[in-house]
Amino acid sequence: MNTSGKRFRTEPSWVPWLFLSPFVITIAVFLAWPLIQSVLLSMQQTYGPKTSRWIGFENFTFLLSDPLFWKALRNTVIFACGSVFLQLPLSLGLAMLLNRPGLKGRAFFRLIFFAPSLVGLVFVGLMFALMFEKRTGMINVALHALFASFNPEFPWLQEYVMPALILAALWLYVGFNMIYFLAALQNVPAELMEAAALDGAGPWQRFRHVVVPEIMPVVSFVVLLSLLGSFQLFELPFILLNGPGPDNRGLTIVMYLYQMGFTANDLGYASAIGWVLAIMLGTFAFGQRLWLKREEKR
Amino acid sequence: MSSELTFSARQRLVLVPVYTLLVIASAVTLVPFVWMACSAFKNNADFFSSLFLPHGDGFLGIDWGRLTITNFKRLFTELSIGNALLNSFFLASVSALAATLCSAAGGYALAKFRFAGRGVVLNLVLVALVIPGPLLMAPGYQLIYKLGLLDTYAGLLLPGIAPAFGIFLFRQAAMNAIPHELLESARIDGAGELRIFFTLVLPLLRPMIGAFLMITFLGTWNNFIGPQIILQSPELFPLSVAINQLRGLYGTDYGMIMSGTLVSIAPVLCLFLLLQKEFIAGLTSGAVKG
Repeated sequence: MNTSGKRFRTEPSWVPWLFLSPFVITIAVFLAWPLIQSVLLSMQQTYGPKTSRWIGFENFTFLLSDPLFWKALRNTVIFACGSVFLQLPLSLGLAMLLNRPGLKGRAFFRLIFFAPSLVGLVFVGLMFALMFEKRTGMINVALHALFASFNPEFPWLQEYVMPALILAALWLYVGFNMIYFLAALQNVPAELMEAAALDGAGPWQRFRHVVVPEIMPVVSFVVLLSLLGSFQLFELPFILLNGPGPDNRGLTIVMYLYQMGFTANDLGYASAIGWVLAIMLGTFAFGQRLWLKREEKR
Repeated sequence: MSSELTFSARQRLVLVPVYTLLVIASAVTLVPFVWMACSAFKNNADFFSSLFLPHGDGFLGIDWGRLTITNFKRLFTELSIGNALLNSFFLASVSALAATLCSAAGGYALAKFRFAGRGVVLNLVLVALVIPGPLLMAPGYQLIYKLGLLDTYAGLLLPGIAPAFGIFLFRQAAMNAIPHELLESARIDGAGELRIFFTLVLPLLRPMIGAFLMITFLGTWNNFIGPQIILQSPELFPLSVAINQLRGLYGTDYGMIMSGTLVSIAPVLCLFLLLQKEFIAGLTSGAVKG
């Protein structure tokens, strides 16, 4: 029955369900069902998808004392710090350069900076694996040419795995995050900036008291995206190092999950790692909401 | 633009360091691409002896005669990289078309219909958005195994035909781009719901369709972990998995690896150049409101 009181014939009620059916079906089969299974799996020990046995919470207690998991967590946290404290300031800096009034070729520069994010992680990993080679790799050759004291045998992929990963990720993601910052900066009302300038605010004061509060919602969103992405880092080190790297120096949480699930064939332990990861990611998302709320109250 | 007319010389001077920094950053961004493209056309001896192109007496001081397309020839003859290229095109096109169509339909339904259960579906979309992919890796693999879809394209494609991310983006686009009166008058004229969707709604959603086709095409093209877990037969492998295997086969043959990488990324770079405006608009549309 039409309760809205409109004179017009409304659509039959099955129509929206028809349009939504692909989503509802795939979400039930490929999301809800595996999600339930992952809870059950996390309490089992399996060998491949066929054989399993119940072990209760043993996966989780074992995980807490598993030195490899802690190593993976440590590496992942280092990478996340690199993303938030190196990558994002560079992205914001580039966006501010591009947002200069009177700048010509903005679209052109934006296109260049964005180009690396189109390259799949596998291909970035392969490129940088060759670029980080000792002696022959482009990075050591270039650094040695710029700074004569730089050792051309610098062992990036043997000993300095995390710095190498952070550098590769810089190349890959600085331009991507810049797009968000640039969009936010372009939304800062010009009148606000002019009014602040008329009141005698210098460039730093204008940045601190006009720009920062205006772009804060987007900044918190990008920080969250960056944390979520960093904690799910897998393919880049996996390809760059062709595995976890020497002495597991490039092992990340998701790489450990993959190894446990698909090399050691214990889907149960892999699911337990997945849940611990999900809880960490959920905490970040919750933290971002709190941060935004606090900003709004100011 | 009147502001440019009143631009003082001083302000113009301020832009000099800005341009300098931007040019340096652009160079750093582009050098790996240039290096890869150069490496793809070199034989292994020249790969080690020259950083970019081999020096010689030719135009620009480069020995053009030493460049070779042998790497590409070997990729397509010794290895079936042509097959992997077709697989990637097939997978990326099918998933982009299916995901875009299903997302547009679902987003439109959530934006323009009032029905019982709408709130529940909307919450489902939001929940699905925050479920991290790695959590589903092990149980998802088990499910694909139980459905008998391991080593099939169906197992790879079906889970992604109606992504929550797409439903969300298209819902926002539909709320803004489709006037309710237009739908009402089409219904009064007796147009069927499917006809309304295909002839009225889809054309109005065109900007988002362009962006989302590109996003999903790129996502599938670059996806590594999905095919790596689900596919087993080499003849089904897309480029991402096939190129990574080059390394096992031709570990020290760097020219081969770089030419394979070039073949893999050139198509998406070209596609992006054609569609970049829509793509960036689509990327930021979900984020600007925070």
